Amino acid sequence: MRMSRYILVGMLLGFILYKSEAVSWFRIYEMFRFQSFHMYGIIGSAVGAGIIIVQIIKRRNLHNVEGNEIIIKDKNKSIPRYLFGGFIFGLGWALAGACPAPMFILLGSGYTVFVVYLLAAMTGTYVYGLIRNKLPQ
Amino acid sequence: MKELLLQLQQIIAAPWPWYVAGPLLAFVMFILLYFGHEFGISDNLRLMCAADGADEMNEFFKIDWKSGGWNLMVALGAVFGGYLASHYFIGPQGDIAHISAATVQQLNDIGIPAKEGATPLVPDFISWAGLFTWQGWLIIAGGGFLIGFGARYAGGCTSGHAISGLSALQFPSLIAVIGFFLGGLFMTYVIIPLLFPIK
Repeated sequence: MRMSRYILVGMLLGFILYKSEAVSWFRIYEMFRFQSFHMYGIIGSAVGAGIIIVQIIKRRNLHNVEGNEIIIKDKNKSIPRYLFGGFIFGLGWALAGACPAPMFILLGSGYTVFVVYLLAAMTGTYVYGLIRNKLPQ
Repeated sequence: MKELLLQLQQIIAAPWPWYVAGPLLAFVMFILLYFGHEFGISDNLRLMCAADGADEMNEFFKIDWKSGGWNLMVALGAVFGGYLASHYFIGPQGDIAHISAATVQQLNDIGIPAKEGATPLVPDFISWAGLFTWQGWLIIAGGGFLIGFGARYAGGCTSGHAISGLSALQFPSLIAVIGFFLGGLFMTYVIIPLLFPIK
């Protein structure tokens, strides 16, 4: 099964964020209060390792499993979209203490109330789809 | 052999320090690139809308959601991972958030009960019972709406921008991450103190 490998990757992601407490509302609150290095360490070391990985991929022209060169698409250039969208996302992240990955992980850990959070997030995505033409991009 | 497995179980069950979690997240990103995909969890929200019929109502959702099947599987795997970690790899002190003494003090100051060494991962107000207070409702439903809306507006969430985007030195991702922090700081310093204590 080709799809099962993605389930394994997702499980690893679940373990990483659960066992490092990144799924915790309290850890997010602590991060935004600058009272611990923990979350900055996670994000910082992920980006540090990520930069090295991406540079190796680019310089060695590494190929993916299907034999094609690994290409990372450039994101569209715009400022307001990323700043406003990011700001709105940040409001929700700090309020509920969970970004999209922790939402799925906590659901699996038995915090079933995150079903409501997931439905609300889908509603938010849907409303964005309806009104996006009216927003500064 | 059995002892070795038990030891391994204990190592996994102990809280993971940041220098283990961070590089492993980069590894997850690399594995997905190797499989031909870019790490980004919030796109699942759009895929799930499309799969529920939104593709017939709005062009933003006219995507072949089945081509995003890999990403939905990552989300499903995250659900399984959360289940396994919380049921079979419980930490020596239980699954608690090891937040700093300063944070505990600060939470108590604004009326959120917290105790050092006994802070759960998820606070009490994020629960089914919590939904019946206006604050709980605002936090769960309002917070969910904001991340769903904001992630699509910004074109990604913490995984897509903060990890994948910054790793690829994408300037737009830096702007998005600055946006995440400005929004998060405003919420933490200005709005959250207004919501507590819950009476």
